[in-house]
Amino acid sequence: MPGKPKRLLNKNSLGWDLVQNKSLYLLMIPVLAYYLLFHYLPMYGAVMAFQDYSPMKGLFGSDFIGLQNFFDFFDSYYFWRIFGNTLIISFLSLAFEFTTPILLALMINELRSQKLSSVVKTVSVFPHFISLVIVCGMVKDFTSMNGIFNEIFKLFGYDGLSMLQKPELFRPIYIISGIWQNIGWDSIIYIAALMAIDQTLYEAAEIDGAGRWQQLWKVTIPCILPTIVVMFILRVGNIMNVGFEKIILLYNPINYETADVISSFVYRKGLIDFQWSYAAAVGLFNSVINLGLLLVANRLSKKVTQSSLW
Amino acid sequence: MKKRQSLAEHLGQGFINLFMIAFLVVTLYPLLHVLFASISEPSQLVAHRGLILAPLGFSLQPFEYLFRNQYILSGLSNSALYILGGVSVNIVMTAIAAYVLSKRYAKLTKFFTMFIIFTMLFSGGLVPLYLTIRGFGMYNSYTSLIIPFAISTFNLIILRTAFEGVPVSLDESARIDGAGHFTILFKITMPLVMPMIAVIILYYALDRWNGWFFASIFLKDKELFPIQVILRELLIDGDNGATMAGNDNADLMMLSQSIRYAGIVIGTLPVLFFYPFLQRYFVKGALSGAIKE
Repeated sequence: MPGKPKRLLNKNSLGWDLVQNKSLYLLMIPVLAYYLLFHYLPMYGAVMAFQDYSPMKGLFGSDFIGLQNFFDFFDSYYFWRIFGNTLIISFLSLAFEFTTPILLALMINELRSQKLSSVVKTVSVFPHFISLVIVCGMVKDFTSMNGIFNEIFKLFGYDGLSMLQKPELFRPIYIISGIWQNIGWDSIIYIAALMAIDQTLYEAAEIDGAGRWQQLWKVTIPCILPTIVVMFILRVGNIMNVGFEKIILLYNPINYETADVISSFVYRKGLIDFQWSYAAAVGLFNSVINLGLLLVANRLSKKVTQSSLW
Repeated sequence: MKKRQSLAEHLGQGFINLFMIAFLVVTLYPLLHVLFASISEPSQLVAHRGLILAPLGFSLQPFEYLFRNQYILSGLSNSALYILGGVSVNIVMTAIAAYVLSKRYAKLTKFFTMFIIFTMLFSGGLVPLYLTIRGFGMYNSYTSLIIPFAISTFNLIILRTAFEGVPVSLDESARIDGAGHFTILFKITMPLVMPMIAVIILYYALDRWNGWFFASIFLKDKELFPIQVILRELLIDGDNGATMAGNDNADLMMLSQSIRYAGIVIGTLPVLFFYPFLQRYFVKGALSGAIKE
């Protein structure tokens, strides 16, 4: 049997690879264990979405009830409310929180004064690093009965109740505070793209008689467009993914109607009302939609810009 | 380079300058408002309405109350503990994972990468994670905030990219000299990408200083809470500062607002203190993560 030892020694075989890189693979064991235990195991735990889970019976003993939890959710009064809120908040965020960093980057790029430009960059990034608890604490204070925003609103005949008690004001508060916190950080990538533009393009444009305004539209914007497209696609891929942390810090029963989103609903049902299975079903529904959107977005990104997440 | 600027361009430049200065004011004012209010005389603060452009009198009374409060103190020391313990675990685990994933010559690496990236795309959700942690008996213990968050996949990818930039010849020659993977990782690879390691440490430390959500669901005893969860009770849950001040009611109404401002300052100051030194590094990390994936 001349073939066998040869195959064992074949450098392309998996066996050879395992022997050769044994010590490397051994290193990976704690890492794989971590991902298995804290990422994959909870994925398996999602089977409770199809059960009437009870902690006494456990994951293996609880009764399977099929898609009942999902139907309950789709039929419930809350479904359209939180589905709609998630979409509306996402679109508002796309319209304002996504676009303003681009404008900021363009303006910083037009600044002639190096000093002002670096001050703006330094100051605008800082709020990104402040914790959400603190930012929301500030929002709550400023919009409270005697807060500074309320004082301004009162000048225009506003009744002066806490602004977070007004459902119609929740979204503006959420978006504006989001812009305040993240505009500088989000603009970094555009500033980098702007700095990478070949200066000779501007010189050529100038020789051709283009003014600054024309240079902006004919040189600057086309040059950073690929970056904008990639960021936009990523954002669209996450459109059903409104984080619950800021929502649950700012919402209250009075503004649920405009504030409650899927993720905050899951948090409340699961971890406060202990409707484990129902919350897991809603969470799973959201995860699946997210995965689908992200796959589509990545595909699009590959097609449009030749760059993708993976 | 002398350029002739038209009047319109001058006006444009002036407009942008003005706009940027207004932008700076809008960004900074809320922070200054809080700072000034926190060191103002509480009685003057309560009576004051509208903008605060300078401290109203001067008093450190709210800070004194906060630093006498046992939960603020335990919160601060818990946060320090979570940062020290957590970041150590983070950096060792992330470095090991990034090291293995950067060795593309090994066949299983590709599978490992997919195995890990998949967790970024899909998750079981909040409730199953919570029950898993409970199932492991980690509920209400320090470990619940450290072990389940040992690796951030995003940071792992940044570090792997950095490791891939280290010349392969370096670790080949070290291997010939008989060095093991641990030696290569900690003595050769990591020192070569020290700026990136610094970025990762900062990301992790900041996440841990700012994090509050998982602490609020995995911990039950107030003695274990990190500072942000304590601040959440103070700032968000409408705790009027009674537990913070431990004083009789007459003073309390007056002090509660000052105490909240002081709480915000305590939560922000450490970040502000490190910020000037670290801004450079953070920006670097943000870009390498965004572009090189």
